[in-house]
Amino acid sequence: MRWLAVYDKTIRRRRAVLGLLVACSLILLTAYFGESGGGMLHGVQRGTSEVLSPIQDGASRVLKPARDLFGWFGGTLSARGDLKDARAERDRLRSELLAAQGAEREVQQLRSMVELNGALGLKDYGPETGRVIAQSPTVWYATIRVNKGADDGVRKGNPVINEEALIGTVSEVFSGSSQVTLITDTTSHVSARAFSGRRDSVFGVVSAASAGNPNDLVLEFAAPRARLSAGDRVVTSGTVDDAERLPSLFPPGLPIGEITRIENPGTDTQEVHLRPFADMKRLNFVQILTRPEGPAE
Amino acid sequence: MTAFTPALLARLAALIVVGVIVQTAMVSQLPIAGANADLAPLLVMAVGLLCGSLAGAAFGFGVGLFVDDVLLQQLGVSSLVLLGVGYGAGRIREARDPEGTFVPLAVGAAATLTFSVGFSLMQFLLGVDAPVSWALVRDTLTTLVINTLLALPVYAIVRRWLLPNLPSDPRRRRRRAYTTGGLSPLSRS
Repeated sequence: MRWLAVYDKTIRRRRAVLGLLVACSLILLTAYFGESGGGMLHGVQRGTSEVLSPIQDGASRVLKPARDLFGWFGGTLSARGDLKDARAERDRLRSELLAAQGAEREVQQLRSMVELNGALGLKDYGPETGRVIAQSPTVWYATIRVNKGADDGVRKGNPVINEEALIGTVSEVFSGSSQVTLITDTTSHVSARAFSGRRDSVFGVVSAASAGNPNDLVLEFAAPRARLSAGDRVVTSGTVDDAERLPSLFPPGLPIGEITRIENPGTDTQEVHLRPFADMKRLNFVQILTRPEGPAE
Repeated sequence: MTAFTPALLARLAALIVVGVIVQTAMVSQLPIAGANADLAPLLVMAVGLLCGSLAGAAFGFGVGLFVDDVLLQQLGVSSLVLLGVGYGAGRIREARDPEGTFVPLAVGAAATLTFSVGFSLMQFLLGVDAPVSWALVRDTLTTLVINTLLALPVYAIVRRWLLPNLPSDPRRRRRRAYTTGGLSPLSRS
């Protein structure tokens, strides 16, 4: 009978610990969900990230050769497919270049008319180049960690680009690192403008088309009568009605993506889908624009 | 039940820190067929299978809390799901004492599936603004395949790391009992 009592005690203990851990999780979940961004649990998170950022940075550097090795294998396998796509892209760009060269003269005249010489010089936006030191493993959170933080002039809300296009905004800043929420995250929204290939452009807001798909964005609030088509380019609009009171988070003209398809075109329920230029799964170096408002007057 | 010695606790804590840092600094940045491996459920599965349900649940809670903390995610979600994964893996060990070489592979796949589905359900419960795409299902399945392939090596590494502090390791126990000869049916003849 003695062993039976010990067995019962073991089971009771096991269940008690399990219940305690479940209760702890639920308390944490509820408290975190209910508190504001400056609450205690958020503060603990920020403190942990502050401490771990240098370790993550070091680990990222140490593990880079291993990442590169895996990347080399993957790159070699996908290179054959990429070559075919690159040739098609080259042919398309050639035809676009011819059209662009003709339009360039007109653009120069327009520029001098509105005095917008060199409006897109990125140096004016204080770019800080950083390395991606961590990435969220789950598709539910499209976030990365970059080894540039408040010490480098990074602030919350700063736009982040890579060598291809806009990739996201800074959502949390620590002294030596910052958390970047990618534009493919369901919480991300970017004011944008689509160039329809004609003279007019269409304004809207770019957000994630669905959770977990890094290759599909949607241009919301575009006018139903907008004459858009697949292949049109989408860039940041960088403008608001009241630039003094509500300054834009993004400089104008940063490339975002290319329209892939339009569902229910011309109706109130039309959905303009676009593919981001940047490959969100292969981010290595990024640039944080620490002065998105542009050069000081 | 595994005794929680300070040495074992230290090794488990080190495993949490190293595992999560390797995951975020390396594994998450290696896309394979559009998805990446997720070491968290595999580590929890391995500890559950080696140390039992209590240690598995506690370790799962710790890993989940650390993952959510480091990645600035909603606190409590990963810990709630992973403690279930750890408890389940531990119960498999306690109730069935599996001997097969490929048990970690099957349990690793089940752990990954449980974690993915549980985490997704929690996200639904907490509210997702955007619709959910088929890409999410595809990524979940890809991660499941990758994790299944990684389950055995991860289990072997965790076992090797924890072995010095595991007094009741089932394989060692069996091996020792057999080599004494007293319990072998061959010795009777």
